[in-house]
Amino acid sequence: MITIKGLSKSFGSQTVLDKLELVLPKGQATGIVGPNGSGKTTTIKTVLGLVKPDEGEVLVDGIEISGNWEYRNKIGYMPQTARYPENMTVNELFNFIKEIRGNIPSVEQRLIQHFGLEAELNKRMRTLSGGNRQKVGAVLSMMFNPDILIFDEPTAGLDPRSSVQFKRLVKDQKEEGKTILLTTHIMSEIEELADYLIFIVEGKIKYHGPMDALIKKHKEQRLEGAVAKLMEEEAA
Amino acid sequence: MKTLTILKYQWKDLFRGKWIIGYALIYWLISDALIRFGGAGPKAMLSISNIMLLLVPLVGMIYGSLYLYQSREFTKLLLVQPLNRKTIFWGLYGGLAIPLAAAFTFGVTVPMVYSGMLFSMAVHSILMILVLGIILSFLFTGIGFWIGLKYFEDRIKGLGFALVGWLFLAILYDGLVLLAIFILGDYPIEKPMLAMSMLNPIDLARIIVLLEFDISALMGYTGAVFNRFFGSSLGIVVASLSLISWTLVPLLRGTSRFKKMDL
Amino acid sequence: MKYLKFILPILGILMSMPVQAQLVEISPNGEINSIQQGINLAAPYDTLIIQKGKYKEHDIEVNKPLTIIGEDYPIIDGDRQGFIIIITSDDVTLKGIEVQHASTSFMEDYAGILVDQTKNTLIEDVRLVDNFFGIYVAESEGTRIRNNYLSASGERETSSGNGIHLWYSKDAHIEGNYVRGHRDGLYFEFVDGATIRNNVSEENIRYGIHFMYSDNCTYIGNTFRDNGGGVAVMYTNNVNIIGNSFEDNWGSSAYGLLLKEINRSKIEDNTFANNSVGLYIEATSRNTVKRNTFSQNGWAIKLMANSTDNVFSGNSFVANTFELVTNSRQNFNTFTGNYWSAYEGYDLDRDGIGDVPHHPVRLFSVLVERQPQSLLLLRSLLIDMLDAAEKFMPVLTPETLYDPKPLMTQAP
Repeated sequence: MITIKGLSKSFGSQTVLDKLELVLPKGQATGIVGPNGSGKTTTIKTVLGLVKPDEGEVLVDGIEISGNWEYRNKIGYMPQTARYPENMTVNELFNFIKEIRGNIPSVEQRLIQHFGLEAELNKRMRTLSGGNRQKVGAVLSMMFNPDILIFDEPTAGLDPRSSVQFKRLVKDQKEEGKTILLTTHIMSEIEELADYLIFIVEGKIKYHGPMDALIKKHKEQRLEGAVAKLMEEEAA
Repeated sequence: MKTLTILKYQWKDLFRGKWIIGYALIYWLISDALIRFGGAGPKAMLSISNIMLLLVPLVGMIYGSLYLYQSREFTKLLLVQPLNRKTIFWGLYGGLAIPLAAAFTFGVTVPMVYSGMLFSMAVHSILMILVLGIILSFLFTGIGFWIGLKYFEDRIKGLGFALVGWLFLAILYDGLVLLAIFILGDYPIEKPMLAMSMLNPIDLARIIVLLEFDISALMGYTGAVFNRFFGSSLGIVVASLSLISWTLVPLLRGTSRFKKMDL
Repeated sequence: MKYLKFILPILGILMSMPVQAQLVEISPNGEINSIQQGINLAAPYDTLIIQKGKYKEHDIEVNKPLTIIGEDYPIIDGDRQGFIIIITSDDVTLKGIEVQHASTSFMEDYAGILVDQTKNTLIEDVRLVDNFFGIYVAESEGTRIRNNYLSASGERETSSGNGIHLWYSKDAHIEGNYVRGHRDGLYFEFVDGATIRNNVSEENIRYGIHFMYSDNCTYIGNTFRDNGGGVAVMYTNNVNIIGNSFEDNWGSSAYGLLLKEINRSKIEDNTFANNSVGLYIEATSRNTVKRNTFSQNGWAIKLMANSTDNVFSGNSFVANTFELVTNSRQNFNTFTGNYWSAYEGYDLDRDGIGDVPHHPVRLFSVLVERQPQSLLLLRSLLIDMLDAAEKFMPVLTPETLYDPKPLMTQAP
């Protein structure tokens, strides 16, 4: 469970998060949408401890994260653009992260198979294609079987086939009862993977609720239409 | 333990990047040339310490300031792992400072070994050069890190400040001291001068080199303040303490900044 | 007269009797238990044997030619009352004794052994411990002082006398002595034709050797180390200073060797190491300074502009803080064919001689002369840059002072 209370953050004069309140119960899959620069990534980074909030607090399973780092054992994270140390080979990267985690049991073999990364294992990160790097990121996020999964635009660099592979994996995770938080621009992806939707504009949550409720409310067939209407309302 | 893991992977990475080998080779070639042409005597020792005073701060500062930027992927990878930021900071710092110090030590020592200088010269002179080079590597990498953290998003700015900082400490500062001496030379300014030198780590290191190689000249100076300072072990003790605080202060400021930073 | 041919040989024998020296033995518990008593009893050219033991005596006067030999270094303790041994006769030999505690005074130059207006005195293998002056030689000729050990523990110049002190003497030989802790280890004034060889003079309060107005002397193979002011040589012509070692003289007025008004002399094959100033030259002309090695001195040479026509060649300057400094932009001396470790030139034709001249006077040394505090900036990059600029375009350093033929390697 992730609880966010009164979270504010500004970079210079620009307010990115404005007294954000949010509760993500355990086992729920939530998608965050919003225009560019609305604070999606900052919210995620705050949960990960990459960004330090000006005000407010973040609790993961009831524990305040500031000054704390052990909680990240529970989180798997896949960044927007996966960039890793260029001179490391894929295998080295996996081994390194395993070592950092104290060699706890991991399932990277299964994930490597799933994504068909076997041929890439001994290649340097810099020689990998963007899609393969993204897959490496996906493996890294899920290899320790964490309770909470955070994906930031996960399929942005993936070809359709890989994208399907990835989504299948996330669905499995969801069925296992993992808490999932993802941002994306592709509405169909949210429809596929998430139950709940957060619509965020200028650091404020404009909508947080079940996805189907939003679609019904706006009398649309698809989420895309519903979100477009939400944005229009905001602009008005 | 986790710091060690981080160090290990960084070192592997550094060696693949090859420049650290190049850096060690520079010292090797320079020391070899100096010993070859200057003889395996005090002259070569002096020249090597001059090179050390010049290169170690420059490279430490520049590389220190660029390194965090260069390895930001690695840093970001580490940050989302269950790791303390302090652990990451010291891992990153050690990942650069230790190889820099090792490259210096290796590059300077090897020619001393095969030229026989290691066995013919006074051990304390050689040790002084090595230890000073190592301390300076750590010190200036630390300052570089601090600058790098301050301008984490703007590499050019960071590099610029590192260069200007080095230029200031290596040259301009001494220019100001020289000016002060010629303007205020008739007043008893020895003590403020000593204090001023303590404020600049390059000057500090330089004075320790002077104590080793130019004590004959220093003792020829007519002021009692210098003689008392240099003639006793007080000089070495004060200078060493000052160097240590010069190493620690930027690093501690660096860690506290790193802990609070948004990445 | 017919007995004459018998008497003459007998007379001859009788007359040669005194030359056939008698032995006089002195021992603390013997019949003769005082050295003065022994001397009084002895005939000229007798030999006195002093047995091991302690003799509390002072102002012992040796007024006839005697050979005085100690067995196992008997100690003669003057108990700080006046002189201990005063030699006033020619042909006296003193060997194997230890002389202690001559009196200290501000008025009188009390010495362990005073040699006063004599010829052919030999002092050999004598230990002089804790005396005011050690051996004081005045107006004597042909004095030989060999393999003695002199040690004092004076702390101030005024309460300490010189180790071996020569005044108005001729043709002395001072060889193989060790002197420490005196005011001046060796002191010569108005001495002519002396030879000083293989002595060691160290840790004296003022100078290792100090000589003035002493022409035609030769110094060979001596070591002067860690003396308060180093070595000072003044107002003298025609001295040879050859193969000596001047070391570890530190201080604001400490010189390996100070030359003041020295003319037509040779300073050759000496070693100057770890001195604040290796060689200081003032008002000194027409000397040759050759094949000396200057290493790790603060200033290898300080040459005052009132010195002219000196020739410096074949010297090696190795790792000195400053190679040469002078107080003028003029130069009246010659430097050629020296090795300078600070030389940065090249030797394209590989003849062992650098193709560009070497200017040994650095700008920084000029700055330090003007403002001594700037010494603290030594080895700063700024200073190196200033020096380089000055080398390129001399403004403050003497333009005409350079070595046109700098050696590429140190002479063996």
